Amino acid sequence: MQVPAPFEYERATSVDHAIALLERLGSEARLVAGGHSLLPMMKLRFATPEYLIDINDLHDELGYIRVEGDEFRIGAMTRHRELLESDELAAAFPIFRDAEKVIADPVVRNRGTLGGSLCQADPAEDLSAVCTTLDASCVIRSSDGERVLTMHEFHRGPYETAVEDAQMLTEIRIPIRPNGSSAYEKVERRAGDWAIVSAGAAVWMDGETISDARVGLAAVGPNTTGIGAISEALRGQVPTEELYATAGGLAAEASRPSADSRGTEAYKRHLADELTRRALRRSVARITGTNGQEA
Amino acid sequence: MQVTMTVNGEEVTKEIEGRLLLVHFIRDHLGLTGTHWGCDTSNCGTCVVLMDDEPVKSCTVLAAMAGGRQVRTVEGLEVDGVLDPVQEGFMQCHGLQCGFCTPGMMLTARALLDDNPDPTEHEIREAISGQICRCTGYSTIVRSVQWAANAESESPVTVGGAS
Repeated sequence: MQVPAPFEYERATSVDHAIALLERLGSEARLVAGGHSLLPMMKLRFATPEYLIDINDLHDELGYIRVEGDEFRIGAMTRHRELLESDELAAAFPIFRDAEKVIADPVVRNRGTLGGSLCQADPAEDLSAVCTTLDASCVIRSSDGERVLTMHEFHRGPYETAVEDAQMLTEIRIPIRPNGSSAYEKVERRAGDWAIVSAGAAVWMDGETISDARVGLAAVGPNTTGIGAISEALRGQVPTEELYATAGGLAAEASRPSADSRGTEAYKRHLADELTRRALRRSVARITGTNGQEA
Repeated sequence: MQVTMTVNGEEVTKEIEGRLLLVHFIRDHLGLTGTHWGCDTSNCGTCVVLMDDEPVKSCTVLAAMAGGRQVRTVEGLEVDGVLDPVQEGFMQCHGLQCGFCTPGMMLTARALLDDNPDPTEHEIREAISGQICRCTGYSTIVRSVQWAANAESESPVTVGGAS
């Protein structure tokens, strides 16, 4: 039987209350949202917090998807199911629905949250790759106020983020840019599993040419990797199979996968290449209204 | 710590440890052993119960987190001696072999039909995709849910009418 080590359970009634509890209880306190990352870690005793602060009652305050000005704002307690079902989000960023369809299973998606996924910072976690691809920023709140970090600043390494003691991730902001689309491609051993490799792409076009593009990969190294070289190679170019191949090659080159039961290093590099091509192709097809199949 | 929740319509209050998982609370503290405990890693789904009408894997929810919420287990499907159409469907269509996954399957089916009274086969398969039947009897499980959907729309299919 897997049972977490003993801890004191507290329940927060507001964001301010959660932060006050974190301040009072110190560095041995952890927030639990959906619990589908943290509780398994606690059951394996990889995580042994002395205090657990349940923030599920904050769903009313932090569970939202809304447009403000030129960005989407998504509350950290927004659950996977809500991200999957949001037509507004899917219309602006199809990558979210692509990814959510292949994250765990419907029952797990009833519980897991956007904020919890990002804060777990698992290198194979899909929403970190999605947020990296979309150039999202993360709002971290403490009693001193808020700071807004890029995904690059937020994600410090495997299982490590910029959220310090007595701070909490409250919101994700995603810039809305015209003439763009996005896609997510994942290969997994079985439905609902962690990625062997996955790739997100976002493309913006100006007429026939790509004005900007971003690619974010998961499970190919210690960090969810956004690859700047791909953006540089794609900007100003007309999308062709050759261009996707160049981008795929750069993705494989930038990957630093480790061999494990999910596959060899070479196989994962191959996937990084192929999935990058597919995600770019599908993003462009979504803009131009073509079918997105390989030519 | 003390936790109070409503289980199958009845309020229960118990003294528990904060680290107690909901599945063990239901089985060991309430004696409701219809909820099964399988993989312990939120993969197999035999421990699924409804919390505020949503299926959750009770091996990955703390009993404390269910405080103040409505929990429904397989024991709560039957009301006043009348089986839920989902239970009836599993009987009529042979939706179980060993029975281990059945409680979780039936609760997910109940939640699905409450949300979507006329699901397609694909929607049923998607809904139960986080649950494993070790007998691999998925076809009859899907048929059982379809039977329940039909029964609830008052146009029952022919029992055992698989062609």
